[in-house]
Amino acid sequence: MSLLHLAIIAPFLMAIFIPFLYKGFRRIHTGWFVLIVPILLFSYFLHFIPIVKGNETVTKTIRWIPSLNIELTAFVDGLGLLFALLITGIGSLVVLYSIFYLSKKKEQLHNFYVYLLLFMGAMLGVVLSDNLISLYMFWEFTSISSFLLIGYWYQRDGSRYGAQKSMLITVFGGLAMLGGFLLLYIMGGTFSIRELIGMADVLMSKSLFVPAMLLILLGAFTKSAQFPFHIWLPDAMEAPTPVSAYLHSATMVKAGLYLVARMSPIFAEHALWLWLVGSFGIFTMTWGSFNAVKQTDLKGILAFSTVSQLGLIMSLLGVGAAALHYKNMDENLFIVATVAAIFHLINHATFKGSLFMVVGIIDHETGTRDIRKLGGLMGLMPITFTIALIGSFSMAGLPPFNGFLSKEMFFTGMVRVLDMDFFSLDTWGILFPVLAWVGSIFTFLYSMVLFFKTFSGRLQQEKLERKPHEAPFGMLLPPIILASLVVIFGFFPNILTYNIIEPAVGAILPSLLKPGEHFVGHISFWHGFTVELFMTIGVITGGTLLYITYPKWKKVYTIIPEKLTLNSMYDRGLYWAETGSYQLTRTYMTGFIRTYLVYIFIFFIGITGVTLYVKDAFKLDTSNVAPIGSYEVVLALIVLAGSATILLAKSRLTSIIALGAIGYTVSLFFVLFRAPDLALTQLVIETVSVALFLLAFYHLPPLNRHERSVGFKLSNALISLGVGLIVTLVAISAHSNKLFDSIAKYYIENTHDKAGGENMVNVILVDFRGFDTMFEICVLGIAALGIYGMVKLRLTQGGKADEKK
Amino acid sequence: MEILMAIVIGILFTSAVYLMLSKSLLRIIIGTGLLSHGAHLLILTMGGLKRGSVPILGEHAKSYVDPIPQALILTAIVISFGVTSFFLVLAYRAYQELGTDNMDQMRGTESND
Repeated sequence: MSLLHLAIIAPFLMAIFIPFLYKGFRRIHTGWFVLIVPILLFSYFLHFIPIVKGNETVTKTIRWIPSLNIELTAFVDGLGLLFALLITGIGSLVVLYSIFYLSKKKEQLHNFYVYLLLFMGAMLGVVLSDNLISLYMFWEFTSISSFLLIGYWYQRDGSRYGAQKSMLITVFGGLAMLGGFLLLYIMGGTFSIRELIGMADVLMSKSLFVPAMLLILLGAFTKSAQFPFHIWLPDAMEAPTPVSAYLHSATMVKAGLYLVARMSPIFAEHALWLWLVGSFGIFTMTWGSFNAVKQTDLKGILAFSTVSQLGLIMSLLGVGAAALHYKNMDENLFIVATVAAIFHLINHATFKGSLFMVVGIIDHETGTRDIRKLGGLMGLMPITFTIALIGSFSMAGLPPFNGFLSKEMFFTGMVRVLDMDFFSLDTWGILFPVLAWVGSIFTFLYSMVLFFKTFSGRLQQEKLERKPHEAPFGMLLPPIILASLVVIFGFFPNILTYNIIEPAVGAILPSLLKPGEHFVGHISFWHGFTVELFMTIGVITGGTLLYITYPKWKKVYTIIPEKLTLNSMYDRGLYWAETGSYQLTRTYMTGFIRTYLVYIFIFFIGITGVTLYVKDAFKLDTSNVAPIGSYEVVLALIVLAGSATILLAKSRLTSIIALGAIGYTVSLFFVLFRAPDLALTQLVIETVSVALFLLAFYHLPPLNRHERSVGFKLSNALISLGVGLIVTLVAISAHSNKLFDSIAKYYIENTHDKAGGENMVNVILVDFRGFDTMFEICVLGIAALGIYGMVKLRLTQGGKADEKK
Repeated sequence: MEILMAIVIGILFTSAVYLMLSKSLLRIIIGTGLLSHGAHLLILTMGGLKRGSVPILGEHAKSYVDPIPQALILTAIVISFGVTSFFLVLAYRAYQELGTDNMDQMRGTESND
């Protein structure tokens, strides 16, 4: 096991010790022990930067299930490293924040940190796996740990609802993704992503290529909350705020983005990829920002904002795929989209993380997150105010923060879609910049709502539970760090360019970067009067106008009736799935034994009859039949008469005697067909049976013929005639198709010589096939014991055994 | 002969199925009895009828009937006897406890689904 593998499983190992640390050191907040892990990991991952900067990768393999090609391959390249740094870096800050956010006395900290560490390890596993199956394993670990974290306050209905919803949606996507992975394996014969990338050209010509792509995208879209699967994210806000900051803004929701980026080298040359990823992304971006404006809960705004920003990055990843169609680096205009995607991914993690923490502080210090109750906190919480200002202005895309840079690049990427002249992008491509611009206006709008409604205006002390004041320094430290990063990346974006962004872009578009080449320093080109700048000015003016006139147009949000929203569709879908399956089960599981017997018999008739007909299997061959004797005809008539008597009998006695008559007739048949042992046994057993019937029936009610209507009898009669007919037909055709002789010759020859007996039947029973007899004896023994038990053992209502004396 | 027997067996199966579809537990048990008779005769018939002597070597016949189906049937008779008697006592106990032999009244209620 290499150090890299140890790094991935370190959080899992630590999770084992957390409960002991929690019980052992009650006076120290458990979070302090946890904090060591992400900090160590972060410093460890930092040392990979020089390696990936030189376009090198690190691969370590542990064999897990070699016979199935499943290995635990840890693989570090630019993309994986970027995510690993995000996960551990923001992880450290979130843990630090949670130490001050969660109370030592009131909360079950050991649960919280075990889930959180589980999540951290799973997430590291996702981004550093090269093997598809181990990636899937860690992927589901993130779903499960996220489920546990959302339902952390499990005594609340909302938490349980949100946890269930996110679980259903993400696991649905996860399973689809597994299907896609398996299709890739079928096509490529390997689970290794690098090897699959190597054979991308071959894969593209396979017929399973498009299904695999669709299934994998389904997994990515559900995890990254793309339209219409975004509905779980706002409900996941029931989780504690550190969780929302970590999972639902910075890391887990980006797993889908990671997957899309990672799979880009395989799929991106296909037109469908560009269209699906790009259009779903851009639509999600606009839809999310539009819906964020109407939220009144701060975390609700941030949730929809996250949806929108994820859509933004997704659309950039989609559009960036166009770069692959221009192999010449110098003319490649479209690579900027991919660079923007990675840059914005980093930026979003910084400002969204800090905003979630700010919201948590406000919630912590005022007791509410409702913007209708908040206002005028500027003077009371100056530090929080500053952080929120930086975060929300960066989110809105205003200079001088990093959001401005990536928003400009986003516009550049979208405007350049107009230059694309393939996949009918020259006509429909115009939608991309238009939707991007509209979405950005709403982004500006909700960022301002978030900021001004909370901090400006009048303080509404009467609506607040507590007297607001500044948070403790420990709680402020993590958002301060993130906000400083926002500013630093804003002023000095090129810290990231060659260290992190370029290796990551290189991993997404591997075919474009030759050794020693660079994706020229795009980020430094951010001055000058370009189209993007005017678009940004348009966003600011449009957004300001909309903010001022908001009360006049907010009726827009009631246009879509409650019934047609995605949430109520999901709820109704769940309701119908449950009641529908309940109803369906109720219709055929009636509880009447007759119904089930009818199913069985009809199925028997259908299957056998259809097979006979389709295979043309019915055959009547009279060459091999014995002659009919008069005795047998008489006996057959007796059987017929006996059956009729039973069917029509009104009294119990009649039917028992008729049954007995049939039994004796059968033994007469045995006599005629030269089976003396059978005849003897049948006679004795029939006698005992009839006696038993008579004995038992002494206690039973009169033979009831419960049938009520003629229709009922008729359907019974039809089914039973069908069964009888099928059995007769099968018997005749089976007898007419003798395929080979009986093995009876051996028994006849050897009964005396080898077994020393004369009676062949008896010798077969006790010698040649004695095992059958042994277990038949067992059957009789069990039946006898069972009968004894039934008669003797009486359980009363209380469950106490009461022997009948 | 085999074709006549196939028809007799068909009749036995028909009556057995008809009885098993009724609501009275007793008629169902009688139906299973008829069904096992039908099955036993079916095994014997499929082994071939009347081709030789009784399967006892002392007969010194030129040919004997197939002894294997007879051994199989003998086992089957005993097993079906065991099961039938168990069922009979079960029906008797059910009637004692529940006071009915109507299968429609013996179905589970909503609460114990």
